[in-house]
Amino acid sequence: MFRPSKHIREKYLEEEMWPSIFCQGCGIGTVMNATLRAIDKVGLDIDQTIFVSGIGCSSRVPGYLDADGLHTTHGRAIAFATGVKLANPELTVIVFTGDGDMAGIGGNHFIHAARRNVDLTVICVNNYNYGMTGTQVSPTTPVGGITMTSPYGNVESPFDLSALAIGAGAAYVAKWATMYPHEMMTAIKKGIEKKGFAFIETLAACPTGYGRKNKMKEGKDHMLWCKENTIGKSRYERLSEQEQNSCGKIVIGELRNIEKPEFTAEWSKLVEQHYME
Amino acid sequence: MEHTAIQSTSAKKHKPAQPFTREEFERVRRVLKKKVQFAQGDVAVAYGALLAGCRFFAGYPITPATETAEIMSRLLPQVGGTCIQMEDEIASVGAIIGASWAGAKSMTATSGPGFSLMQENIGYAAMTETPCVIVDVQRSGPSTGQPTEGAQGDIMQAKWGSHGDYELIALSPSTVQECLDFTIKAFNYSETYRVPVILLADGIIGHTREKIELPEYGDIQIIWRKEPTVPKAEYQPFADDGTKVPAMNVFGTGYHSYITGLTHAETGYPCTDSQPDHHQLVQRLCDKIRDNRKKIIMVERDYENSTRDETVGIVSYGVTTRTVYSAVKTLRQAGTPVNHLRIITNWPFPEQEVAELAGRVNRIIVPELNLGQVYHSVREAVDGRCPVTACGKIGGEMHTPREIIEAINGSAD
Repeated sequence: MFRPSKHIREKYLEEEMWPSIFCQGCGIGTVMNATLRAIDKVGLDIDQTIFVSGIGCSSRVPGYLDADGLHTTHGRAIAFATGVKLANPELTVIVFTGDGDMAGIGGNHFIHAARRNVDLTVICVNNYNYGMTGTQVSPTTPVGGITMTSPYGNVESPFDLSALAIGAGAAYVAKWATMYPHEMMTAIKKGIEKKGFAFIETLAACPTGYGRKNKMKEGKDHMLWCKENTIGKSRYERLSEQEQNSCGKIVIGELRNIEKPEFTAEWSKLVEQHYME
Repeated sequence: MEHTAIQSTSAKKHKPAQPFTREEFERVRRVLKKKVQFAQGDVAVAYGALLAGCRFFAGYPITPATETAEIMSRLLPQVGGTCIQMEDEIASVGAIIGASWAGAKSMTATSGPGFSLMQENIGYAAMTETPCVIVDVQRSGPSTGQPTEGAQGDIMQAKWGSHGDYELIALSPSTVQECLDFTIKAFNYSETYRVPVILLADGIIGHTREKIELPEYGDIQIIWRKEPTVPKAEYQPFADDGTKVPAMNVFGTGYHSYITGLTHAETGYPCTDSQPDHHQLVQRLCDKIRDNRKKIIMVERDYENSTRDETVGIVSYGVTTRTVYSAVKTLRQAGTPVNHLRIITNWPFPEQEVAELAGRVNRIIVPELNLGQVYHSVREAVDGRCPVTACGKIGGEMHTPREIIEAINGSAD
């Protein structure tokens, strides 16, 4: 079982705020648990760790943590986080967001922070819909996906958020699903340790929202769906080009891990150069 | 709240500026060079910000405010601060709010279309009591309008632009020197009351070049936010200590504050289903400004000892004041007594000051570079004590003194 240990609960959770608003079977708790374990493994000073979020279910995570948290406006978490990080580069800044918040209303901030390679760790809970407002179509809803605003099936192509992050210039990109919590935790740990823009996409169940309307009423249904519809990166790379094109599966794993100049480090150099005594 | 201590910038130069030491202030003065300069309003705004201790600027290019971003991008590295061109104005306000919580005095500068985009996050700053300064170098609207032409069309938007009930502070400079001085005041108000402060400049003053004189240490007051002194376990980020302005922790100091735009309790945590909690919070946000209106409101009065029957009143603000000075002189030379009230603090609105003027004059005219905005606030404050006439002009040109005189003569009936 991947449950938060007593150590994690006592060290990181804000007791006063529990129980959470998350529905039964929701994937957010797993992502949160993986994040806290990753933070613990990295050995982050929680006093120097700032959690920033936008609007939506996943954006409520910082409210359950005993740490500084900035719960901002819809889509803008990464812009606020950029300000926090740039004003005090010694802080570790972790952003919790979702597919609607980050890729819909906040898409522009996402690609620009990735392009600038600001040292943020962005954790996106991708549950294929706007859950908090009651199951509306999102930028990651699969084609044909039923939601309250796509009642006849979604006709739009979804974003591949990780590909978007890579295209925009992120230094670290990993895609996992809540059914792989240990791998997800390792990815978050590496993301935190990466000096640069780190993006961890986690496919997650929304049983009462997207799941209910798309034959995944229970958390475990999403796990089965993930098993059928995802393929590990290394396995995928062993396939022939033809097999890759026809497999139709979501590639999961560590998708990018490169070194490149990070914004705050570059800015510090610039300040050293131009600072006037 | 007045500070004289600032962290050393020698080892780690790229850090938020804590409040000023004399040494730090004087270093900024050296960066800004000569005491007397010939400068644009937009540049003076940047100078004022740096002298007030601003160490973070986020902006997006827009005419006629761009020069502020340009000068900040050149000077902030020299003083150890950070300047970033964001992807849009929404992100710019987001970034300055984030920077403020990370301990930096922060600012952005924009014009009409950008100011419209900023409104949601300005409301967030009001709700979360985040000190920050937003410079709006107003241009002709609506929409893209006349990008290079000045206007005073955003006065109402500055107060009512975001949804819900809130109060903020807005100041109108009329000279390049005031662009500098009022930017410092804007930061001081922002830090004192934990509120976003809008500097309502305009394209005319933003692009006018005039003589400015930079202040020396001791000439100006620099204020830093009140920080918590209670033990960490007892700290409640939104508890009223009797001043209605809670002490503000800076992120990374171990106080563990949760900041949200949702209706929140004194603990900072959401309580969105409670009518009394919402009322208490929003009432306090409004009252912390309203209760201090006497300290916040600045006006200039140029009144004569004349009878009410023979005296006319003029209410002006911002760049329009310059024309009014000339009109007042001409009117007085022609034998018409004039009482001129110049509003410096547009928000909170100086109702009592306007009401007092209304008791001294037989009529009031309100010249402004829009089709009637402050006119409405004046009428409300006058409350029928005398007739009030709008004297709006749009299109990018200022009133001529003659137009103001004719408006006064025309309003005699």
